[in-house]
Amino acid sequence: MIIRRPTDIRSSEITEEALYRDRRRFLTASGAIIGAAWSGISLAAPVPTTFPNLRKSPLSATEKVNSWQDATTYNNYYEFGTGKADPAHSAHTLVTTPWSIQVDGEVKRPRTVDVDTLMRWSAPEERIYRLRCVEAWSMVIPWVGLPLAPILKRLEPNSRAKYVEFTTLNDPKQMPGVRYPVLDWPYVEGLRMDEAMHPLTILAVGLYGKALPNQNGAPLRLIVPWKYGFKSIKSIVRIRFTEQAPATSWNKAAPNEYGFFANVNPAVDHPRWSQAKERRLGEFLKRETLPFNGYADQVAQLYRGMDLRKLY
Amino acid sequence: MAANSLSALKALLFLLCLLPAARLGWLAIEGGLGANPIEFVIRSLGTWTLVLLLATLSITPLRRLTGWNVLIRVRRLLGLFAFFYATLHFLAFFGLDQFFDLRAVIADIAKRPYITVGFTCFLLLIPLAVTSTNAMQRRLGGRRWQRLHRLIYVIAIGGVVHYWWLVKKDITQPLIYALVLGLLLGLRLWWRARPAAVISRRPA
Repeated sequence: MIIRRPTDIRSSEITEEALYRDRRRFLTASGAIIGAAWSGISLAAPVPTTFPNLRKSPLSATEKVNSWQDATTYNNYYEFGTGKADPAHSAHTLVTTPWSIQVDGEVKRPRTVDVDTLMRWSAPEERIYRLRCVEAWSMVIPWVGLPLAPILKRLEPNSRAKYVEFTTLNDPKQMPGVRYPVLDWPYVEGLRMDEAMHPLTILAVGLYGKALPNQNGAPLRLIVPWKYGFKSIKSIVRIRFTEQAPATSWNKAAPNEYGFFANVNPAVDHPRWSQAKERRLGEFLKRETLPFNGYADQVAQLYRGMDLRKLY
Repeated sequence: MAANSLSALKALLFLLCLLPAARLGWLAIEGGLGANPIEFVIRSLGTWTLVLLLATLSITPLRRLTGWNVLIRVRRLLGLFAFFYATLHFLAFFGLDQFFDLRAVIADIAKRPYITVGFTCFLLLIPLAVTSTNAMQRRLGGRRWQRLHRLIYVIAIGGVVHYWWLVKKDITQPLIYALVLGLLLGLRLWWRARPAAVISRRPA
């Protein structure tokens, strides 16, 4: 696998002085967390509101990022309405603390975990990724992400586990959108195990160094940057390991339009619109869509020998 | 109605019909078009095309139900504004979305059913707009003019289909337009089937 590394340290990677000076406070806080964990006290702590001193990742894109405004007001999150502005208006009703994730299926030991535990298993880092929506628009977003692979290893899937299924919260009291049968709720997505274990795959807990706003899928969402955005499921309450490919929401809703893999592919059009180009929000002219959303070097080998026209 | 008040009504409607365009202009200046302004503008212009098509089609039933014959005098204005917004909608698609990429636009029109339908409806609106003047009406003769202008039924149905086919999953909005259109066309069929019954029910 070729992982491209920037040759030099960019100025954006240099820690700001204020943050650097704040390191003692961070260490004290970290110490307190470790101490509490050591003493067996359940923390049930909310996800931090900011993430100072985030580790930068060589896997980050070097393109200009979109604005916070773009990323937090133009969302597809049908549980809060099907309009792009609906989630920003309605998602305040989502309660994200406490939050636990049920883990079951083909695992050694079914259990529930909280976001805090996941953050201890896999340290948050900054991941700047392109996000390409199946609707032919795109953004560049600096996520605060936990690499998924170490988390999955900790969850101890057994040898029958070939896929990972993720499920979004389905609560009509908090989510006005699920009162309407637009999709077959709850929202379900899935990855093949090797896709889920890929170093690019992360669980995001924040963006722009801040905690994830509700409309972006707080407190925990998947990010798979080489696939269309709908694969990157939001507000995850369940992770299930399966032997068979999970039945995923959009694939169930319109199998001829949305495949299980949903890899970004300019050569395979959506039956109703072209996928050859995309509008990067903030840009006037459309740009060419790249195979695997520009991550072909890293992920194309996962699909060697597969007919991606059929397995779209 | 006196000529004066008719002109006032027309002037008022004219300004009302300009509001959606003015709003878009204002939002563009204010930076209020959201994260995807081009999509916003195209969708908005399409919405107002549909609204005005339905408003045009509501004149006959409204007139029949209320007995306000003056309504017929504003129908042309509404129809021409439907054409105005359809033209802007198409130009926004052609110029803003596709940036005058003629090949891409032709490919879209040929390959994407919702665009095929939408573009056909736009083309069909042109002869109606061209023959909307009194002079053209006289030149064609009432019966032929009327037959030609029945195309509006096809166009309105096509417009709703165009919208229906483009939405990803949530068909609530196109369904509302479809129901209103169904009502407007259904009333016509009903009255055509039972003209006498309706007349007898009318208040004296």
